[in-house]
Amino acid sequence: MPDYETLRLTWWLILGALLIGFAIMDGFDLGIGATFRFLGRTDEERRALLESIEPVWEGNQVWFILAGGAVFAAWPLLYAAAFSGLYLAMFVLLLALILRPVGFMFRNKIPDPRWRNAWDWALLIGGAVPALLFGVAFGNLFLGLPFHFDELQRPVYTGGFFGLLHPFALLAGVVSLSMLIMHGSVYAALKVGEPMSGRAAALGRVAALVYAICFIAAGIWVASALAGHQIVSQANVLGPSNPMTKHVAVNQGAWLGNYRTHGILWLAPAIALLAAGVTWGLLGARRPGVAFVSSCLTLAGTILTAGLALFPFLMPSSAQPDQGLTVWDASSSAPTLFLMLVIVAVFLPVVLAYTAWVFRVLRGRITLEEIRRHAGRY
Amino acid sequence: MIDLALVNVSRLQFALTALYHFLFVPLTLGLSMILVIMEAVYVMTGREIWKRMTRFWGLLFGINFAMGVATGITMEFQFGTNWAYYSHYVGDIFGAPLAIEGLMAFFLEATFVGLFFFGWERLSRVGHLAVTALVALGSSLSALWILIANAWMQHPVGAQFNPETMRMELLSFSQVLFNPVAQAKFVHTVAAGYVVGSVFVLAVSAWYLLRGRNVDIAKRSMAVAASFGLACALSVAVLGDESGYLASDNQKMKIAAIEAEWRTEEPPAGFTVFGFPDVQARTTHAELKVPWVLGLIATRSVDRPVLGILDLVARARVRIESGIEAHAALRSLRADPTDAAAQARFAAHRADLGYGLLLLRYVSDPTTATPAQIEEAAWSTVPDVPVLFWSFRVMVGLGLFFILLFATAFYLSARHRFEQNRWFLRMAFFSLPLPWIAAELGWIVAEYGRQPWSIDGLLPTFLGASVTAASNVWLSLTGFVIFYSALAVVDVYLLVRMIRGGPDGLGYWPPERAGVP
Repeated sequence: MPDYETLRLTWWLILGALLIGFAIMDGFDLGIGATFRFLGRTDEERRALLESIEPVWEGNQVWFILAGGAVFAAWPLLYAAAFSGLYLAMFVLLLALILRPVGFMFRNKIPDPRWRNAWDWALLIGGAVPALLFGVAFGNLFLGLPFHFDELQRPVYTGGFFGLLHPFALLAGVVSLSMLIMHGSVYAALKVGEPMSGRAAALGRVAALVYAICFIAAGIWVASALAGHQIVSQANVLGPSNPMTKHVAVNQGAWLGNYRTHGILWLAPAIALLAAGVTWGLLGARRPGVAFVSSCLTLAGTILTAGLALFPFLMPSSAQPDQGLTVWDASSSAPTLFLMLVIVAVFLPVVLAYTAWVFRVLRGRITLEEIRRHAGRY
Repeated sequence: MIDLALVNVSRLQFALTALYHFLFVPLTLGLSMILVIMEAVYVMTGREIWKRMTRFWGLLFGINFAMGVATGITMEFQFGTNWAYYSHYVGDIFGAPLAIEGLMAFFLEATFVGLFFFGWERLSRVGHLAVTALVALGSSLSALWILIANAWMQHPVGAQFNPETMRMELLSFSQVLFNPVAQAKFVHTVAAGYVVGSVFVLAVSAWYLLRGRNVDIAKRSMAVAASFGLACALSVAVLGDESGYLASDNQKMKIAAIEAEWRTEEPPAGFTVFGFPDVQARTTHAELKVPWVLGLIATRSVDRPVLGILDLVARARVRIESGIEAHAALRSLRADPTDAAAQARFAAHRADLGYGLLLLRYVSDPTTATPAQIEEAAWSTVPDVPVLFWSFRVMVGLGLFFILLFATAFYLSARHRFEQNRWFLRMAFFSLPLPWIAAELGWIVAEYGRQPWSIDGLLPTFLGASVTAASNVWLSLTGFVIFYSALAVVDVYLLVRMIRGGPDGLGYWPPERAGVP
């Protein structure tokens, strides 16, 4: 069995990989969910857009469920503190996510336009709200969340719901929303016929531009105005998971500490921005296939940028900075981390293999002619 | 220190959302398996009618599946949002089966369910059958991992408390995996799900036969439901999950409460068929007992006793006293982890720490607990006897009824006698809600019967709750009630509409395929 430090580091990488997997896979159907009412103007057009994601969104969403499960298994303290602290935000996210399975499954069952309109709005909320909230959550990690632990080591959260809507967090929300709309538009441009495809390409270009501007603005904000956290005591990378034993300093611009010590890390934001520019260009040239690859790079680069800035913090505390959760003091025990690592190493490739097969079976564009042939399959 | 109002509303929310989720889970389990059977017949015989059956029942499956997925996300979130201390305390063990469920089962089910609906024209017959089978396999595997997690709450094996991290940590995953309670639960719950699916198909088909519609499809569906349902109903009864009930003190308490057995009887104990449990007087009035049966079922022997509630409470009292020692030692260790005397004292009483925690409901320092409080805590280990007593009896009664129902359906189906026996068709139709009642009661027996524990003997439920404002939970609970009620109305409306439309009236698949007999 690898040592505890390696296991914890590996699990931080796995968490990152699962988040990137979630953004790439579920990201495009969230993005299409948020925009299909505008990309498609008639019911047939909207059905074509929905049919591009209906057969696959369900599996895509498991990336999110799995990321949640992985946090529970590998970072139980993070799971406990984050989910209970962000209680009402989680509730809103949950209601939005619940709208998706029923929305997709129920919409086409009845042709009445009022019925379809109602579910279209439900799907729009189910796509846009999570896409926005994921960014808001990441933004709040940079700000630190007001929590501490009591004598039983129960997480106690002292902030409210509206405290989460700090301007920086909202900016981060716009970053993730525009990023996923870009990603969804690229997929729609690739997967559905005209005229939706052309509209999607145009929207994707706007989204890429908004993303790039907001991403740069957020970066400047982090560098110049945000207080970052830094462990100043010896980090006990092999010690038991107890977040009460370290000392943390809070300083302006400290979130860039990792970038200052390891210049190579600047590659992550550089790739994110460059790839967004490439996506913008490729959508203009109507090459959505390659644009999908560059869009994926933007997602990965963005998530890595945030993760590398926060490392080793998972959830900094603004109330008691010393008790913020880090990779070293919020993990499961070494045997559990190792067990889960083996299971991920065995089963994730299997999942990737059959997911690839399903996408291959479903290959091809969904055109309006095809939609007119049937009343809906779901 | 413990906000009981918060704990109660959190419990109410968990119970309601879990019971609601569990309306859809068993039908998903059962229908997915029935779809595999129907489609396998189609692939083997090549007769189009079996494909139409698969597609029609698949449509109803899809509506139910969406509800199951939607309400399932709530369950995963809720451990963190409402039971944060629970998540921290046992996440090292409990998180693993949940994550494995996502990776191994839910991924499989969710990835292939789309192809079930969209793959009819893109896959070969065998290929599509394989997809359907993988969906069914995924849902049953999902039940397996969830029940391994749940069984660990009922009978926590392979783990130990670590004072350095203040939580339970994994010692042996194979013990968690091969927990005897998990095996009993898996077989019982999955077979019960198959019964729900079978009664659903049976009842809806009976409705078509009563109206003389879709007769060919309805008769064949009934034959499938009758034979599959009969086999499963027998399994549920024979492999009831009471075999796991002797694994620990609290499981024994559960069976004593189910039986309202206040005093330990001479083995083999009799089974109380009927009676009125009286919690105040600690006795059961108007008991009607069948000798020997309980002892045989519960211990699989004639000489081992089934302990009564009074004896189990006396045991709990001893363990609470030991738990006070464990808790005090833990406090010393928190102050000074190197204190050798405290380490030894903790090691000696570690197993009873959870019993010491029961006192935190009455005092913030268990060493100051009065004998009356210890007595109260010991009696708090007894679950709600009348509720368990009646829930169990109604569940078992329904289980026996299903065997009869399927056996009759099987006989009539084999003899092609449905038309002459309209009374049976009516009975089958009106049986529709019964398996859900049985399934929900089974949940109540298992989970309400686990009280006062979240994790049997380790963590009292009241301690597991998140520290949050009760108003937050009231808000979310109100939201759930409104939102879930609206979804229930839409779900039932759609199902009824699809069933009324029927395979003949839907026009749902491409027209060139619609009119095939």
